[in-house]
Amino acid sequence: MFWNLPYFTVVILTFIAILIILTKKNLVKILLGINILESAVNLLIISIGYREGGVAPIFTLAPSMTMVLPTPQALVLTSIVIGVATSALLLSFTMVIYRKYGTVDVEKMKELRE
Amino acid sequence: MGVKMMRMSKIVRISADLLYPFIVIFGWYVIMHGHLTPGGGFQGGAVVATGTALVIVAYSYQDIKTMINKTVLWFQESGGLMLFIGAGLGGLVIGFPFFYNWLANSGSLFGTTVIYGPNPGELNTAGFLPLMNIAVGTEVWGGLTMVLLYMLSGLEKREEA
Amino acid sequence: MRKAVTYVSLAIITIGLLMIPLGLEFGKPHHTDMDDYFLRFGQEQTATNNQCTSVTFDFRGFDTLGESTVLFTAVIGVALMFRRFYGGEDDADE
Repeated sequence: MFWNLPYFTVVILTFIAILIILTKKNLVKILLGINILESAVNLLIISIGYREGGVAPIFTLAPSMTMVLPTPQALVLTSIVIGVATSALLLSFTMVIYRKYGTVDVEKMKELRE
Repeated sequence: MGVKMMRMSKIVRISADLLYPFIVIFGWYVIMHGHLTPGGGFQGGAVVATGTALVIVAYSYQDIKTMINKTVLWFQESGGLMLFIGAGLGGLVIGFPFFYNWLANSGSLFGTTVIYGPNPGELNTAGFLPLMNIAVGTEVWGGLTMVLLYMLSGLEKREEA
Repeated sequence: MRKAVTYVSLAIITIGLLMIPLGLEFGKPHHTDMDDYFLRFGQEQTATNNQCTSVTFDFRGFDTLGESTVLFTAVIGVALMFRRFYGGEDDADE
């Protein structure tokens, strides 16, 4: 299992994240599970672009000319920013829900108020 | 007000005041050298927003509300996105498609040429990439500070009109 | 009933996820034609030393435009939720 360690880490993190989203009852814990799922997917995209013995794809004082692939790094940059935007909006929704219902338990907010 | 004054002690406030210029300078260094070293617009903008967040946490929210102007942050964020789009529209004037690098290898503002192979970097290269880095860095700084200020304002008790 | 559905779906998802480490090999990417072009010709065409920035802002600048718009929309969304608590110079409700 040690020759493929990043991919096994992705599998463990995704499993833990889906377990949290499906079984927890507190809204803030579900949001943390969504964040862990986001990090696992970013790790998977980055690990695909690794070349053995490669350095960073930067030509300023480069130690060698075998470089890793630069395209997955550009995609992950976009994905991280979208994760930040999602987390900010979800947290502000949680604050307004707490002000309206008085609780953050998912089982207790089933009726439409007011 | 409903929120008690969570004002930090004098040592914390003075340390935040002393650290703030160094964090802002380091953030702008990461933004400006985005085409030579690892970094760029988004990473440097997040570093500068961390410096502002340090000052907001050290002073309580009641004091900061009178110090930071809301209109400047709105103009910072919208101006960043407008500068990004404007730098891309420059190619349409010449006759090339949208987002064509109209400053690279041209001899004017950022236009020195680069030969293939490792070299110690020059700041004058890379076309319109430094302009886009500055635009994105300004937008991320304004955006993250605004999110922080709006979320802190939601903690206060609602005044009955 | 709900617990049974949870466990069965988790089992199916885990079996599907385990195909990833058994099928891929770490360190030997398969199709690298596009990135070989970027690493060979990117430095002359864009005059940049940092190839990740040249891919983000020059070869794929349109995706970065979409991402800036997403960040802008998120800030507007947060400002909309807390509109009646900040400032107070404009009336939020009638």
